[in-house]
Amino acid sequence: MDLGKPNLEAFANAVRELARQDPSVLVVTSDSRGSGKLSPFGKEFPKQIIEVGIAEQNLVGVAAGLASTGKTVFAVSPACFLTARALEQIKNDVCYSDNPVKVVGISAGVSYGALGSTHHSLHDYAVLRAINNITVVAPADNLEATQAVLAAAKLRSPVYLRFGKKAMPHLPGNPADFELGKARWIRQGTDLVFVACGETVVEAFQAAELLAQDNFSAGVLSVHTIKPFDTQTILDVAGSVRAMITVEEHSVHGGLGEACAALLLEHGLAPKFKCVGIPDEYTVTGSQTEIFQYYGISPSGLAKTARKLLG
Amino acid sequence: MFSDRQLLLKSVEYRRQILSIIKASRAGHTGGSLSCVDILNVLYNRILRLSPETFHNPNRDRYIQSKGHSVEALYVVLADCGFFPVSELSTLNRFGSHLIGHPTRKVNGIEQNTGALGHGLSLSVGTAIAGKIDGRDYRVFTLLGDGELAEGSNWEAAMTAGHYQLDNLIAIIDRNRLQITGSTEDVNQLEPLDNKFRAFGFAVRECDGNSVPELVELLEQVPFEAERPSLLLANTKKGKGISFMENSVNWHHRVPNKEEFDRAMDELNAVAAAL
Repeated sequence: MDLGKPNLEAFANAVRELARQDPSVLVVTSDSRGSGKLSPFGKEFPKQIIEVGIAEQNLVGVAAGLASTGKTVFAVSPACFLTARALEQIKNDVCYSDNPVKVVGISAGVSYGALGSTHHSLHDYAVLRAINNITVVAPADNLEATQAVLAAAKLRSPVYLRFGKKAMPHLPGNPADFELGKARWIRQGTDLVFVACGETVVEAFQAAELLAQDNFSAGVLSVHTIKPFDTQTILDVAGSVRAMITVEEHSVHGGLGEACAALLLEHGLAPKFKCVGIPDEYTVTGSQTEIFQYYGISPSGLAKTARKLLG
Repeated sequence: MFSDRQLLLKSVEYRRQILSIIKASRAGHTGGSLSCVDILNVLYNRILRLSPETFHNPNRDRYIQSKGHSVEALYVVLADCGFFPVSELSTLNRFGSHLIGHPTRKVNGIEQNTGALGHGLSLSVGTAIAGKIDGRDYRVFTLLGDGELAEGSNWEAAMTAGHYQLDNLIAIIDRNRLQITGSTEDVNQLEPLDNKFRAFGFAVRECDGNSVPELVELLEQVPFEAERPSLLLANTKKGKGISFMENSVNWHHRVPNKEEFDRAMDELNAVAAAL
């Protein structure tokens, strides 16, 4: 697979493109322009970047105030701090007050690897799913990252965008296939389906290729929009395969897996089911890749889980 | 424009209505609403370039009430200014009413949903920065409670207000010196409040926050200094205007019974008669 850029960089490039066309596009940072790959943006548009220092609560409150005047505002900070420390600002100043801020969590999930749990965001889907009036998006690759930014900018309501920091391979697909709120088929399959989101989609895709060598037909669905949830596509596929495996760079509590499980149960569908994510424990020390491997979020780990489920 | 006497009469009427709607809904923040209502009176009837007709105009002045729990004062003033019918005030807190117990944009005239403390100043900073970017001459006023200043987010926002020299931002502190547990100085010392804000880059002024003439005189001068955010320390009395409620923590969110309500009305009627 061709290696692309980090999704974070695809985001930064897309926002720069938006700013070239529209002076009301603003970026607000909390000493995060470097880690957000936004230094070129800052140089090109010094009047469209607002720095508030290392103060995430203020970052989100200020962004909400800016957005209330009609500006298109991206509030950018590491996901771990943004969706924990500033959660009340996201809940009240952005969502409840309906200020259409694009809340951008960078270096999300376990992107920061060995920096440890202070720097991991494994709770963000769970907390944001439970808050009214926010679209939650975790793009898989550069294509989805770019399209998500463009779609979010058009949306006059709050959005959470979640990006990792490692370079991502290009998955099959074209930009016209991307629609917020609509899961995207990366690969069709008849035996089982991987329902994945964010940077785990590529792991699922590679697992499906391994399984093909064993004559298992595995589909891969990228649920880039975790909220609103594309229930119809998931229900349709759940009725046609023998097994479903959900994959996410998030706690197994409150994320994509539990959303799928509840949906299937409510509709009386019972394919064999496994929720793969980070268990409720102190995360093992290592790089993102090592952590993924340890918890079975890898091509071989997911293929093994699939074989076990399919018998 | 309303005369000073008319404003004083309005303050009395607002206090009557605050107590009436709190009594009727059997809930509300009595002490704080009575302490800040003179500030709201002066803002809406003398200072703010804002009316129901201009509420959606991008050049309007903004008012964001950070101390959202004193919402009864805000609703009463907004209704009087024509943002919604006075008759709706009686629906406060009722099932299905848009008059919720904290400010909500469901109510015409309200800019931001507040109620959780420590949010208004950041929202105001963002709105003020947008005004600077767009070259608009609107001002952003925010009312902070003194108890809420323990929230660290206020100081993050204060730092940014000073950094960006936001002279279109005016923060007013309802300095009634009481919070639900007791004296603000006993709970978690705030003083020296004036110098704290000065150190963050604010131009600070102080007045009797229950004196309509003093509030008018100072608020007509904003910004207090060029290229600095303004901070008005409005020294108020919690429960102001009702003798047995003044400076009493018990009245933070106590609802008057019939006897207390009647006594309060008698006191307010006497004040009105003397004007």
